[in-house]
Amino acid sequence: MNNARWSLPAICAVALIGASRPTTASNFAGTPVTSSAGNLTTCASTEVLVAAAADLRFAMDSLVAVFSRENPGITVKPTYGSSGNFFEQIKNGAPFDLFFSADVDYPRQLKTQNKTASDVHIYGTGQLVLWSKTLDPARDKMNTLLDKSVAKIAIANPAHAPYGKRAEESLHHYNLYNKVKDKLIFGENIAQTAQYAQSGAAEVGMIALSLALSPAMRQAGGKYWLVPSIAHQPLLQGFVLLPHSNGNAGAGKFAEFCESAVAKNILGAFGFGEGPDR
Amino acid sequence: MIDWLPLWLSLRLALVTTVILFVLGIPLSYWLAYSRRRWKVVAEACISLPMVLPPTVLGFYLLLAFSPDGSFGRVLDHYFDIRLVFTFQGLVVASLIYSLPFMVNPLLAGFKNLPPHLLEASRTLGKSDWTTLRRILLPNMRPSLITGAILAFAHTIGEFGVVMMIGGAIPGRTRVASVAIYDEVQSMNYHLANRYAAVLLIFSFSILLVVYLINHHFSQSKAVV
Repeated sequence: MNNARWSLPAICAVALIGASRPTTASNFAGTPVTSSAGNLTTCASTEVLVAAAADLRFAMDSLVAVFSRENPGITVKPTYGSSGNFFEQIKNGAPFDLFFSADVDYPRQLKTQNKTASDVHIYGTGQLVLWSKTLDPARDKMNTLLDKSVAKIAIANPAHAPYGKRAEESLHHYNLYNKVKDKLIFGENIAQTAQYAQSGAAEVGMIALSLALSPAMRQAGGKYWLVPSIAHQPLLQGFVLLPHSNGNAGAGKFAEFCESAVAKNILGAFGFGEGPDR
Repeated sequence: MIDWLPLWLSLRLALVTTVILFVLGIPLSYWLAYSRRRWKVVAEACISLPMVLPPTVLGFYLLLAFSPDGSFGRVLDHYFDIRLVFTFQGLVVASLIYSLPFMVNPLLAGFKNLPPHLLEASRTLGKSDWTTLRRILLPNMRPSLITGAILAFAHTIGEFGVVMMIGGAIPGRTRVASVAIYDEVQSMNYHLANRYAAVLLIFSFSILLVVYLINHHFSQSKAVV
C-alpha cells in the first residue's frame, strides 16, 4: 500500500478547514467580549475598525469598553500606531472606518484629498511629558536629560509620530538638541517609546501624558514632568470618519459617542486637554 | 486571558499558503529539475530571492503594487473589486511569494536526488509523464514533499516584516500572532506577549522535530517502488 496517496488529500482537507472563516468572538486589549452570535453579515456591518494614535492606547480601550456596554451589538476594534503611518496606510486604501490622529493635520490632509466621510473633529490636546523610572524629572526639569546617568533618551520617530516631532521641537527650544542628539533612540510610535522608558531600556522618555497616566506606566513606578506647552507646537488631536464607514451605522454611532460628555470625561482623565475650538 | 484569534489567523494564513504553494510548487520544481532551458537559472534565482531579500523590501514593493493608487492595484480594485492591501487575501498573496523558496527548494532537491533510472524505466514501460510523476516520482520523494510543506508552513507562521508593511495589524483580519506579540509588548502586556511567544516557540520546535524525525525515518528505510 502506498502511503503517499493519502497525504495529499489529507493536506487539502486540513486546508479547507483552515480556509473557513472564523466565527469566534474576539477579545482584544482587555475589553469585554461582545457577543457576536449573529450571522456573518450582521457581524460585518456592526464591526467598526478604528485606526488610533498610539497615545490613545489606554484611553481608547476605556472608551470602547464603555461604548460596548451601551451598544452590545457593535464591536469596535482599535489598531494602534503612529498617526503618520496610519495616514500613509489610509491613503493606500487601508480599510479603517475611523481615524484618530495625534496631529489634526493628517485628517485635514485626507479631507482635502477627498478621502474622508465627515468633517474633522478635534477631541483634545495631547501633552508631552518627561518620564523616568530612575530620576525625578520634576527636580531638574529639561536638564534631567543632561544627568550623567542618562545614556539613552527615548522619543517617538519625528518623521511620522507627532509626539516625536514635538519632542524634537522642545529639545531645540531649550537648546539641548545638539547636546543630547547622540543619546536619542526612536520608538516607532509613542507607545513603543513609552515601553522603552518603562522597561528601562532608556533612562528617560519623552512620552504622552495619556500614557504616563496609564496603569502599566504607573505600576512601573516612574515619575514625570509636564513639558511646558510653549516649548512646542500644540498637539491637537483630531478624528474623522473615513469612506470605508459608508453604510456602517456603528461607525457613526461610535463617532457620536466620542463627542459625548462621557467620552470627554474619559479623555480628560487620561490627560487630554480640551481642544481650543470648543 | 489569551486571545486565540491572532494564533488562529496565523494558522489559517499558513495553511492556505502551504496548500497553494504545494499545488504550484510541484509543477514548478518538476520543470526546474528536468527542463534544459538555459534561462531557468534566472527563474531559480527569482524563486530564491525572498530568502535573502529583507522582508521590508518585499513588503514595500507589494505595498506599492497593491495600493489602489498604483496601476496594478487600481485594475484589481476597479475591475475585480479585489483589495490586496491591508486584507487577509493580500497577506496570502504576499506569503505565497515570501514562502515560495521554502517549498520549491526542498522539492527541487527531491527531484534531483531521484535515481534517473526510475524515470527512464517508467518511460520505457510506456507510462505517460503524468503517471510517472504521480505513481513513481512523487511517492519516492515523500520526505522532500513533507519537508517543503512543513518549512513553507512554519516560515509563513513566522512572517513579520511583510505583514507589518502591508497588513496594518487589524484585529481578526491581519493581526497575526507575530504582530500581536509586537503589539502586546507596546501595550506593556508582557504577560500576554509571553504567552503568544511561548506558543510560537513550542510550535516552531515541534515542527522542526517532526521534520528531523521524518528525514531520519526515511533515510533509514529504503525507497518504495
